[in-house]
Amino acid sequence: MQKQPIFRSKLLPYALVAPQLAIVLIFFYWPALQAVIQSFLLQDAFGLSTSFVWFENYVELFSEPAYFETIVRTFFFSFAIAASSLSVALLLAVMADKPLRGGAIYRTLLIWPYAVAPPVVGVLWVFMLHPSLGVLSRYLRAAGIEWNPLLDGDQAATLVILAAAWKQISYNFLFFLAGLAAIPKSVLEAAAIDGARPMRRFWTVTFPLLSPTIFFLLVVNIVYAFFDTFGIIDTMTRGGPGKSTETLVYKVYNDGLIGGNLGSSAAQSVILMIMVIVLTGIQFRFVERKVTY
Amino acid sequence: MANVTLRNVRKTYTGGFEAIKGVNVDVGDGQFCVLVGPSGCGKSTLLRMVAGLETVTGGEIDIGGKVVNQVEPADRDIAMVFQNYALYPHMSVFNNMAYGLRNRGMKEAEIKTRVEEAARVLELSAMLERKPRQLSGGQRQRVAMGRAIVRQPKVFLFDEPLSNLDAKLRIAMRVEIRKLQRRLNVTSIYVTHDQLEAMTLADILVVMNGGQVEQIGNPLAIYEKPATTFVASFIGAPPMNLMATRADEIKSQLGGSAGDAGILGIRPEDFVITDQTPAGGVALSLTVEAIERVGAETFVYGARAEEEQHVAATPGELPPGEIIVRIPGTEAPAIGEKIRVAAVRSKLHLFSGDGRKRVEA
Repeated sequence: MQKQPIFRSKLLPYALVAPQLAIVLIFFYWPALQAVIQSFLLQDAFGLSTSFVWFENYVELFSEPAYFETIVRTFFFSFAIAASSLSVALLLAVMADKPLRGGAIYRTLLIWPYAVAPPVVGVLWVFMLHPSLGVLSRYLRAAGIEWNPLLDGDQAATLVILAAAWKQISYNFLFFLAGLAAIPKSVLEAAAIDGARPMRRFWTVTFPLLSPTIFFLLVVNIVYAFFDTFGIIDTMTRGGPGKSTETLVYKVYNDGLIGGNLGSSAAQSVILMIMVIVLTGIQFRFVERKVTY
Repeated sequence: MANVTLRNVRKTYTGGFEAIKGVNVDVGDGQFCVLVGPSGCGKSTLLRMVAGLETVTGGEIDIGGKVVNQVEPADRDIAMVFQNYALYPHMSVFNNMAYGLRNRGMKEAEIKTRVEEAARVLELSAMLERKPRQLSGGQRQRVAMGRAIVRQPKVFLFDEPLSNLDAKLRIAMRVEIRKLQRRLNVTSIYVTHDQLEAMTLADILVVMNGGQVEQIGNPLAIYEKPATTFVASFIGAPPMNLMATRADEIKSQLGGSAGDAGILGIRPEDFVITDQTPAGGVALSLTVEAIERVGAETFVYGARAEEEQHVAATPGELPPGEIIVRIPGTEAPAIGEKIRVAAVRSKLHLFSGDGRKRVEA
């Protein structure tokens, strides 16, 4: 093995990684550092003076019942989004994995929604389910359901979960399809000869063999539901009605940019940062150990 | 226990490609049938059709007196050993073997007895709790065998089960499979491309080529009387020497009905080095080009002398004019030496000019 450096000049390698490093430093580390500093500061109402208050922002945050409600709500949203998008994607992947005529077309179409930006997803669903404009709303009302996500918090939550899950299905679908392709066909054939009917074959062979994929996607989906749903929530409900669709990320934005409480907002983002570090840590650990089956 | 009968079985893929072009095979109860042929000859497809993993587009597959064309693999009461073993990677050895029994609703106590008995026979008892990835190739192969035998099926199907093992293990497992099959007396169909495996295992040998059966029969009968030049060059190693000859020459040399023949075949082991030409036999002058000494025997690769090249080109695997001669390991001519080899009349094989028909003289 060649261990000698290939570059003659000592500066060239640094120059080559510099653009990437600059981007990471300016757009990730600098704001993160700012948030950490900001979370220890308190500004007066007019923004004229700033004082260093140690952990006061955090203490205040945790003494607020509303914050815990947001945490619980965010976890509920994440769970609901991950569970629904994972199960629908798995169902579709299993169907699309069968040798079908024009299977490639189905697969391509099922991947498309992933290319749609989250705010556009929000707008699409708003158009479909807006109480006065929505196409689907009319059918719902005709079916006797009192549909108004602008007033009803539970309905708004359902709407957000639906849109966010729909958007993520494509991504999950792609991974499930790859996961299914990695299962040797002969193993399923052996199971068929061993007398396992399709359903039993799925639950006793396919599903356990997909478990590494499922675990990986579970983490990715939770991270997605935590952070990337901002665009959808912002276009659909702006966290409302009331606080019924306000997740942790949306609360950071609401309290900081709208409410002007930068200290608390920064403290919240630091907490979120810790959460995402923990989640990523879990993921790396398990992905490296390949989740034994 | 059951017979397996294939009646004019055909397989045509949707693209129009004909993989199996009408195969008739009858495997009696408890017999060991081997399908042999080069890759792409359709032998694996045929086996998968018997298993129910491929649809049948023509003809009938009959297991134990029942046509099973439309029967699910699970209901055919067969067990299959796959080339890559197809073990369930997430299950222990015990569960791999128990899976098929649990699917059929057998009681746990009975499952335990059967699996432990199979594990004892296959020397897997110490490994029942291990996962397949913790096993060696030979052990995985035995688990795959175990999974088949615990079911006590009507028919065993083997799809090149030994081709992933190293040479030594392959021979040992070959003997094991044969012993096991004899003892359990279960009708078996075995696919391989290895002619030696085919010869040693088979009660009935089916030689396939291009989706068709070239010859069916007892392995030794096929060896002694190959029906076509394909069979002649495929069965037996090194392959039979095949020489195209002109009909009139053969007629003048051998006389009688041999006149229809266009190709003369002589097995390497049927030559002797001698200066005499046996009555009614054939003698050739060769220049020794290469020698392979393998101990008990020696293979001599020789080129026919110029004046003997009354024959145009040699079909089969041999380059034009090259002849392989097998002699005892104690003898060895030198390279470049001119030798004369001869074969007696009864050891000559005659085929029609296209190689599709054996001509009995």
